[in-house]
Amino acid sequence: MTHLRKLSSPFLLLAFLALWETYSRMGGISKTVLPPPSDIFYALFVYRDTLLVHTIQTVEEAVIGLFLAIVLGVGVAITLFLFPRIRDAVYPLLVLSQTIPVIALAPLLLIWFGFDLFPKVIIVVLYCFFPIAIAVSDALKAVDQNTVDLLKSMRASEWQILRFVRLPASLTAFFSGLRISTTYAIGGAIVGEYVGAYKGLGVFMQTSANSHAIVLVFAALAIVVFVSLLLLRLVTIAERLSTPWRYAEK
Amino acid sequence: MPSILTVRNVGKTYKANGNETSALSNVNLEVRPGEFVSVIGPNGSGKSTLLKIIADIIQTSSGTVAMAGVPAYMPQDHALLQWRTVEENLLLPCDVKGIPREHMRGKIRGLLSEFGLEKYADQYPASLSGGTRQKIALLRAVLQDNALLLLDEPFAPLDAITRLETQTWLLSLVEKTHSSVLLITHDIREAIYLSDTIYVLSSGPGTIRERLSVHLPRPRNHGHLQTRDALELEKKLFSLLV
Repeated sequence: MTHLRKLSSPFLLLAFLALWETYSRMGGISKTVLPPPSDIFYALFVYRDTLLVHTIQTVEEAVIGLFLAIVLGVGVAITLFLFPRIRDAVYPLLVLSQTIPVIALAPLLLIWFGFDLFPKVIIVVLYCFFPIAIAVSDALKAVDQNTVDLLKSMRASEWQILRFVRLPASLTAFFSGLRISTTYAIGGAIVGEYVGAYKGLGVFMQTSANSHAIVLVFAALAIVVFVSLLLLRLVTIAERLSTPWRYAEK
Repeated sequence: MPSILTVRNVGKTYKANGNETSALSNVNLEVRPGEFVSVIGPNGSGKSTLLKIIADIIQTSSGTVAMAGVPAYMPQDHALLQWRTVEENLLLPCDVKGIPREHMRGKIRGLLSEFGLEKYADQYPASLSGGTRQKIALLRAVLQDNALLLLDEPFAPLDAITRLETQTWLLSLVEKTHSSVLLITHDIREAIYLSDTIYVLSSGPGTIRERLSVHLPRPRNHGHLQTRDALELEKKLFSLLV
């Protein structure tokens, strides 16, 4: 039963691709509008060197942005927890900041910081920072009071309670936030590249679309999906390594 | 013999929305070295509040608490850190006090082995039974080498059979370590089985209603609860509480 469940997702994907291929080959829709999967795989092979250059650029932006979002998100969450007055003032502003569409800020960032890596990294940070900051901030507060009382009875300082209890207890929430952020990271980098860049999958997709080379847009999209899944897998591995107690035998 | 803990006229008042609620009023009690003392009372009588005041987790509104050293506290829930193995949980007091872990590791392994718990040393709390978790939490309290153990209903989360087994286990632990204990409970038979002295707490606000001595021989077994002295004490406690 478990094996069947594990097989069901790849099977569904293969069935979907087969259906798509057949429909496209039978002339159900023009290849220039919706190319069949075989053409997309062929394009991936033919344009592999060009795609690799653009992929490396996008992944670089996404990974640096995600890393900075982690540092900033966890840092802000800890600061807000340690200074409740700052939290009361800043937390509503943080929520408010999320109502501003990042895509509207992207042109401003390009004007301020140019066409290089930096503005794209900022866009990724803006996309990825919030889920991490909110998840960790809430988790730091929601720690079991019995455990906090235990540490207080040992005359532990607030810093020790944070180190021994609150931070480890927040790891699960941190990884939930990180998983959401990871799905945003590549997309965030591409949004930045759409607005203005020399390299990256966003630029590649835009140029391909302008040239009506739809098959290349799909090839880039396939890479976006693959890289996003790969990053998510890495997060899952990091989570397993960081929270072994969750996977211990019950 | 001088007391290891003396509680004098302790009161606790909570303020909320301009209203004052008195949780404890004029509480007096003491624990002597090696003595096992229980505080028994109905729900809402302020038992846990009293224990938290003694553990210095919350502040008293009036009265004084005098104690030799810092007590070892065990909250109602075992409060084992789920991300630490059993051994690492037992090392927590060391980590908080900044004592090198090597100083305690031998003692921890020895104590785990003495009580047949060594096989759990590298396991996480989630993989342990309820009774074993409570035992580990009790060991953690004992390992702090403090003069007084403060136990807040440590058997409440356990089923009836595990509770009886763990009570006997606690008695053997206390006898081996010569610890003094202040136990909070709402279980009359548990209080009689374990204690040398029982304080009865009444509710609204919590105040000491009676102090009773338990004249049962040690070492004890659950058969002692069927003796005439125990049954009479049970009857008296029941009439005081209900």
